[in-house]
Amino acid sequence: MNIPSELKYTKDHEWVKINDDVVTIGITDFAQSELGDIVYVEVETLDETLEAEEVFGTVEAVKTVSDLFLPVSGEIIEFNETLEDEPEKVNSDPYGEGWMIKVKCSDVSQIEGLMSADDYKSLIGG
Amino acid sequence: MKNTALTKTHEALGAKMVPFAGYNMPVQYEGVNIEHQTVRQGVGVFDVSHMGEFLIEGDQALNLIQKVSSNDASKLTIGKAQYSCLPNDHGGIVDDLIIYKIKDETYLLVVNASNIEKDWNWILSKNDVGAEMKNLSEDYSLLAIQGPKAIEAMQSLTSHDLAAIKFYNFVVGDFAGIENVIISATGYTGSGGFEIYCKNTEVKQVWDNVFKAGADYGIKPIGLAARDTLRLEMGYCLYGNDIDDTTSPIEAGLSWITKFTKDFTNSEALKAEKERGSERKLIAFELDERGIPRHDYDIVDANGNKIGVVTSGTMSPSLGKGIGLGYVPTVFADVNSKIYIQIRKKAIPATVVKLPFYK
Repeated sequence: MNIPSELKYTKDHEWVKINDDVVTIGITDFAQSELGDIVYVEVETLDETLEAEEVFGTVEAVKTVSDLFLPVSGEIIEFNETLEDEPEKVNSDPYGEGWMIKVKCSDVSQIEGLMSADDYKSLIGG
Repeated sequence: MKNTALTKTHEALGAKMVPFAGYNMPVQYEGVNIEHQTVRQGVGVFDVSHMGEFLIEGDQALNLIQKVSSNDASKLTIGKAQYSCLPNDHGGIVDDLIIYKIKDETYLLVVNASNIEKDWNWILSKNDVGAEMKNLSEDYSLLAIQGPKAIEAMQSLTSHDLAAIKFYNFVVGDFAGIENVIISATGYTGSGGFEIYCKNTEVKQVWDNVFKAGADYGIKPIGLAARDTLRLEMGYCLYGNDIDDTTSPIEAGLSWITKFTKDFTNSEALKAEKERGSERKLIAFELDERGIPRHDYDIVDANGNKIGVVTSGTMSPSLGKGIGLGYVPTVFADVNSKIYIQIRKKAIPATVVKLPFYK
């Protein structure tokens, strides 16, 4: 299972890439493989400011619907619109072309509360 | 949790296994979309050995079957199969099933895995005529070999001419080196092919030979997830979703298997329902916008009032849009009617369409 060491993770199987106060968020390789073929990514919270743990969107596989939880508080400033037509990018390239949103953090200290790659690896029993 | 005779085979192939109807079953191997396309364009194999098989025999066999089933089994000749259902006493459906006439006074009933015990007890309770009943479910396996290339890919495994077996006909004969196999031109995918019934002790040999014979045709194992998307694209009812103990065969669109040429359980009430018209109907719909309908989502009208419930829904792999089945009042059931599916906070517009979704 691919778990890049430079990223941060959540117990909800999301990854977070930090670039100053803007973070990019997607779901992990483990999450996409558990979900199976992803057929729809819905994010209707663009330009909204949400608290950490709030639902920012939904990812749908053929058989399941899963909520997407915001790892850190902030404004959702970008949605990866490629996923509207090619949601399968989340399966094929979860850490690259399958990224989901960019968030401008309102409290960068929350980033420190995220999991390291090693912690995440233990969480999924790697 | 029960296993089929092939559970270890599925695990060795890397299948994702899930509990289904009390069995440990493969839900997918490589991925639902590729498996779906394999069946639509080539040939794929499902282990559906969880399905139940009852043998009904004796000079009262037909009499019992006619009492419990909605279709007219007296029309069956040897080598023909019939889709039917078991109505209950209060307007609903105990199960849907396929009835095979194996020989005179011998019929095979194939029922849903989740209903084996319920169906057995139900039929037994109606057997005041003394037909002989045997439950073979634990001894028999079932492989569905489905897709447009199934006939060509499997022909080398049998001396019977597979192309000559018409839809809903079957032969009992040799297959993959095993004798007395039922080769049935039936299935739950809409893409043609066969269902193969053999003993648990024989099914591994059949499975292995099927994959050898199909190798040049790109044959793949197919899981239950693709079975569901395939059947839903055809609008085939799934018991427990689209039909159940509370839905009548008339409102479910199963009038074509409900024949009032004979008396059967609750037939007078069903006949009356057919004559006066059902209050609600099972409809097929496509979403006009992006989104995926799911089992139990509300169906609403233009003003947001709930008018019904989605019973099955998915993203159609073949059509690339959200499709589903659900019950609505008859006034909303005409083709081209506009309805809305409540998906989270939004009511997504949808159009009532004719089945099948995939043509």
